[in-house]
Amino acid sequence: MIRNIAFTLIIAFGFATNLLAAGASKQHIEDFEFSFEGPFGRFDQHQLQRGLQVYTEVCASCHGLEHVAFRTLGDAGGPSLKSSQVKAYAKQFDVFDPELDDERSAIPSDKFPSSGMLSAPDLSLMAKARAGFHGPYGLGINQIVKGMGGAEYIASILSGYTGREKEEADAILYENTAFPGGWISMPPPLEDGLVEYRDDHSSTVHHMSEDVSAFLMWTAEPKMMARKTMGIVAVMLLSLLAILLYFTNKRLWAPIKRKQTKI
Amino acid sequence: MAGIPHDEYEPKSKFEKWLDARLPIAGVMYATLTVPTPKNLNWMWIWGSLLTLCLVLQIITGVVLAMHYTPHVDLAFASIEHIMRDVNGGWAIRYLHMNGASLFFIAVYAHIFRSLYYGSYKSPREVTWIIGMLIYLLMMATGFLGYVLPWGQMSFWGATVITGLFGAIPGIGESLQTWLLGGPAVDNATLNRFFSLHYLLPFMISGLVILHIWAFHTTGNNNPTGVEVRRGSKAEAEKDTVPFFPYYVIKDIFALAVILVLFFGLVGFMPNYLGHPDNYIPANPLVTPAHIVPEWYYLPFYAILRAFTADVWAVQLVSFVTGGIVDAKFFGVAAMFGSIFVMVLAPWLDTSSVRSGRYRPSFKWWFWLLGIDFMVLMWCGAMPAEGIYGIISLIGASYWFAYFLIILPLLGVMEKPLSVPSTIEEDFDAHYPPKSKPAE
Repeated sequence: MIRNIAFTLIIAFGFATNLLAAGASKQHIEDFEFSFEGPFGRFDQHQLQRGLQVYTEVCASCHGLEHVAFRTLGDAGGPSLKSSQVKAYAKQFDVFDPELDDERSAIPSDKFPSSGMLSAPDLSLMAKARAGFHGPYGLGINQIVKGMGGAEYIASILSGYTGREKEEADAILYENTAFPGGWISMPPPLEDGLVEYRDDHSSTVHHMSEDVSAFLMWTAEPKMMARKTMGIVAVMLLSLLAILLYFTNKRLWAPIKRKQTKI
Repeated sequence: MAGIPHDEYEPKSKFEKWLDARLPIAGVMYATLTVPTPKNLNWMWIWGSLLTLCLVLQIITGVVLAMHYTPHVDLAFASIEHIMRDVNGGWAIRYLHMNGASLFFIAVYAHIFRSLYYGSYKSPREVTWIIGMLIYLLMMATGFLGYVLPWGQMSFWGATVITGLFGAIPGIGESLQTWLLGGPAVDNATLNRFFSLHYLLPFMISGLVILHIWAFHTTGNNNPTGVEVRRGSKAEAEKDTVPFFPYYVIKDIFALAVILVLFFGLVGFMPNYLGHPDNYIPANPLVTPAHIVPEWYYLPFYAILRAFTADVWAVQLVSFVTGGIVDAKFFGVAAMFGSIFVMVLAPWLDTSSVRSGRYRPSFKWWFWLLGIDFMVLMWCGAMPAEGIYGIISLIGASYWFAYFLIILPLLGVMEKPLSVPSTIEEDFDAHYPPKSKPAE
């Protein structure tokens, strides 16, 4: 049985990917300019806070962030809320406490609630799970050259609704230029001015999509800034080491290769 | 260790003499570190050191990861996120481990193709070659087992497809697969045993690495000319060689530093580039991903597996002859394992008396074509198995077998090799001419 499934998979692989490819050819992912792209990219704290606001007011009604703890909202490199703000923020969510065997309001050490709706996937890692449009020809050039990733995908989905809808098998599908296949079951979540930003930033669909995608990039990769810093330090130190070793090696081999050393 | 004549270890202090009479470990270490090494090795001889570093890196990061990981279907995915978010430096350790596997495979492929070009597999180094191939197989197994542990979508479905390969074996297949999985499907029992084996195999690899080093320290390293080090006397051997320490230790560490710059660039700036994004979706047995792709290092062999579909005449012929026992599925599986097995047989399939590809004018072309073939197969493995990709895979797979089974045996007979230098010293002096007069 399993053997059959496995092999149907290998053989049916072609057909399945055919469908995907057919959808993907229509799929349009816009290349947003995010502050965190490239080796020196950093998260924009204000943008993350605006994204958190969009998430809280819009996304959280259906989706969850089950891997993200409230306390991390105060971490450096993230939205960097003050600890009093983190406490106040957590309080608005109810979580189940197995010790009390009851619901209670959340404290910073709790995690965000998971999705309340079965059909709404958890968003904690979405920005990493949707980085898969490795074009062209599966070589991932877009990712290297344009810095495109899952954040672009999410922002494109949120701003990619055309306004057309259709009914299929008792469900309404909405046309979306970024979704594989072109029709998505999530109703358009954003409209211009839906969220009133505390910092008076313009809240067009485009801006809100961008902000909440940046926030979801942070939830998926909260240590990105630390990682890039490590990358820069490691590359610099190892380059220095490589240069020193180059000269060491050259000098060491000079007598064997019968060369004059100048060092 | 036998081999090229060289200085023997002499225990000097009282303690050294005491220890040497009981356990001659210092002598073994001395012989290993100072092994006479051909002085004309080029930059393709650095990969062995890098591979050793990779093994150490993977074991150290892996042991730390295992301290925080939970091998249970309900907890595994969350425990990886716990490592990424809450463990101090956990993200760095995991990304190093994840990309360390890729570095390991980049190095092993360079190492293998180096051997194929310079004829390192040929007599008297067949045992080194076979042990190397066993290490490579264990590495593939270890990499696969490790990829299952995060329990993402690709982990689960990759495990389902790969263990399905064993199910394709006629007769015993289904029972074998159930035995491997610990049940009828990929489940908690599978995850537990995969974790156990993923921890075990690297230590078996370490053991084989010691044998690998022992074997080539006995025969001596190959070198770009393929000419053996002269062994008549110590003085003669010293004209062809330098001691491994410090000459190659420093050279290899320099090469390591350069490669680590690139590696840390990858880990620091795009650690998920070589992975599949679907593995950040928790495993779900009810939802099949549209596109099941193995890690990049399996892709060439995955392409060979998929190349032999039921409409290929060779498959139909074999199926007819065996009365349907060998069907397209099993043919594909056999081709995949066979493509590695023909590599194992290379020492006996290659009939040329000249070892190094440097002096084999037509061999060179076929070799580079094999290199291109490998890359093309890798690309095909990542593409959907349909239309043009299927045909390219089939051509690529056919060339892979033709290279080992037809071209290598025939070339040895038909090709006219160039003249080979009589000694390593002669080759070295041609590059670095001795001064006609001393400087002073």
